[in-house]
Amino acid sequence: MLSRTAENLYWLARYVERAEYLARTIDATLRVTALPAAYIGKTNEWDSALLTAGVAASFYQQYEEANEHNVVDYLSFSADNPSSIRNCIEAARLNSRSVRTALTSEMWDTINSAWIELQEVWSRGTSTREDLAKFLRFVQETSLRFDGSAYRTMLRNDAYWFSRMGLHLERADNTARILDVKYHVLLPEEEHVGGPLDFYQWTSILRSVSALTAYHWVYRETLKPWLIADLLILNDSLPRSLASCYGNLVRNLDQIGVAYGRQGPAQRHARGIRNRLEHSNMNDIFQHGVHEFIQEFILDNSRLGEIITKQYLI
Amino acid sequence: MAVAFDEMNIPGGDLRPAYQELARWLKETPPEALEYRRQEAELLFRRIGITFAVYGDSESTERLIPFDVIPRIMSGKEWALLEKGLKQRVRALNMFLRDIYHGRDILRAEIVPDDLIFQNPVFRPEMNGQQVPHDVYVHIAGIDIVRVDAEDFIVLEDNARTPSGVSYMLENREIMMRLFPDLFARHRVAPVERYPDELLSALRSVAPQSASGEPTVALLTPGVYNSAYYEHSFLADKLGIELVEGRDLIVKNNEVFMRTTEGVKRVDVIYRRVDDDYLDPLTFRPDSALGVPGLMSAYAAGNITLANAVGTGIADDKAIYSYMPDIVKFYLGEEPILKNVQTWRCREPKDLAYVLDNLSELVVKEVHGSGGYGMLIGPAATKATIEAFREKLKREPEGFIAQPTLALSTCPTCTASGLAPRHVDLRPFVLTGSKSTTIVPGGLTRVALKEGSLVVNSSQGGGTKDTWILDE
Repeated sequence: MLSRTAENLYWLARYVERAEYLARTIDATLRVTALPAAYIGKTNEWDSALLTAGVAASFYQQYEEANEHNVVDYLSFSADNPSSIRNCIEAARLNSRSVRTALTSEMWDTINSAWIELQEVWSRGTSTREDLAKFLRFVQETSLRFDGSAYRTMLRNDAYWFSRMGLHLERADNTARILDVKYHVLLPEEEHVGGPLDFYQWTSILRSVSALTAYHWVYRETLKPWLIADLLILNDSLPRSLASCYGNLVRNLDQIGVAYGRQGPAQRHARGIRNRLEHSNMNDIFQHGVHEFIQEFILDNSRLGEIITKQYLI
Repeated sequence: MAVAFDEMNIPGGDLRPAYQELARWLKETPPEALEYRRQEAELLFRRIGITFAVYGDSESTERLIPFDVIPRIMSGKEWALLEKGLKQRVRALNMFLRDIYHGRDILRAEIVPDDLIFQNPVFRPEMNGQQVPHDVYVHIAGIDIVRVDAEDFIVLEDNARTPSGVSYMLENREIMMRLFPDLFARHRVAPVERYPDELLSALRSVAPQSASGEPTVALLTPGVYNSAYYEHSFLADKLGIELVEGRDLIVKNNEVFMRTTEGVKRVDVIYRRVDDDYLDPLTFRPDSALGVPGLMSAYAAGNITLANAVGTGIADDKAIYSYMPDIVKFYLGEEPILKNVQTWRCREPKDLAYVLDNLSELVVKEVHGSGGYGMLIGPAATKATIEAFREKLKREPEGFIAQPTLALSTCPTCTASGLAPRHVDLRPFVLTGSKSTTIVPGGLTRVALKEGSLVVNSSQGGGTKDTWILDE
């Protein structure tokens, strides 16, 4: 297939995934900030939301204060924020238009309808919490519909695999970024600096990767920070864990390798990251420093993005 | 202006035969049902994303072309005549182009003046002596046809460069069949759906000799911001060919390749929807980012077929248009089946004088204009507009032609106040391959939705209709 088509499919999936993640982040932050101050401590959760979205620096060029109004606006509707939900959906639709021939009509319909609907939301604005909640739910549903229609209607060929790769790479990046911002509340008990207040932080993290229920099923335990870290990093039964994302990335890259009859640096690099995740345990990770581990992962992950681009997309 | 010929109603109350069944159906169908279907059609168009962009309109970059649900109907007999005329016209266009870029017999015979060719910006000296496979220059032609009476078909304009609109012909039919199955059941409408197949085989048939047995065809688009982008993606999809942009193509050793995820792959035929000027920055506009550097050298080497060929603008130029009846006679030795609109060439002093004296009666068009931009419709223009135009005309008479204001035929159309006659034209699409010229029965009917308006262009508020040719 055309390299540009593959590139568009890959980015299309990334944008949709990112939009959903932003919606989840805002949703989780709204919940935690609605608690009385005594439960949540002094951290500014809206500031954390900006950090996990990776847009704190550009935000502060425009705004003085990270409060609900400013951050929700910046993450959801701002035209100036290249990765606002609005711009993600715009970019997703533009990408879809460029590769309409490679999309199934169900996928096109999902993106195009979302775009039409969002135009209306932008012109109306979300003046109440209820409007906002509805909007955030809608974004998440769009992503589910897109994902579902890709899964159910696309031919299993390179178009599908490039699209899936975009999704998993973006997802891994998002999960890693939450961990990067919140790692300090996930340290084992003895190193732990916070206190019981952190319970709400933990649920918030799990919520933003839709893993709150999953946690209880996997561990049958009350919330323990190191188990949360284990779930998000190493447990490959959780679709948003780093391990699961890399299991999928390696599989998609292998499928492409088989279809094209050759492997390359992308396959090797992805396998390297997956093997490291497979052979790690939380004890080692804590010993060497969670923060360092996550930062290294974020770099490795974005390097994989560059390698894929070089090998296939340009 | 005379009362226009209506394609459905004969003055006095009778119906033209092709419309009898439709009239019966309209009588049985309550207006609300029609309105409901109209809304449904609009919803479908929007969901499928059948949009076009209007240049210079910052309000909305994507718009729907209004669709009128009342079909325009022609009898098989009328179509047979039109089809014959179209084939004749396109054959002549191709022979004219071959001649202009080779022997130039027609100039020696003094049928067309030299300076109209050589001083014309759309004449491409790069094409002199260039062989194109099977001497086909215009693989896809869109000939704009109007009627003023029941007998004649008149060519308003030849489009021999990159005519658009065929996706609307196909989608209009799809949507009509979905919304009005009962109405179809009561008619025998000739199908249009084989157009993509015919287009693909025409394109394959003109592959260069150096192509492999299964030539690779690609559609070259300027990109998503082009007004006809929807059509480009639609056609690529229907033809099952890659939709490429300039940056997807590279030229190596005078061969054209597309960049794919598996390395580069040779392309043999390009159905290009990019204008000549933007095709190759090395040959034409150096600032073009839409083109492919080196494409013209691959073309000169005979390793790629461009459809349509480069330089076809010289055949559909409005200044050349007035010579078309003579061109048909010169190459084919036949009387033209399709008429031309009477045309005054403002470059000729006698004609100019007449035009200047009768501006308020005439339509004056820019020789190189298209899309309904930059023209004067005398009867509809204010005094001030006419005077401003007069100055423009005096400054550069060779840039204009003038025609009488035609009373274009009308068809019943849905309006806010019920069915009413609106002016229409027709753009059939004529495909020419190595062996044959084919036309799917029908074409794109454009309708001027504003009462009394004669401008059918979508950029100027025109809509479209499904066009039915009855199989008898």
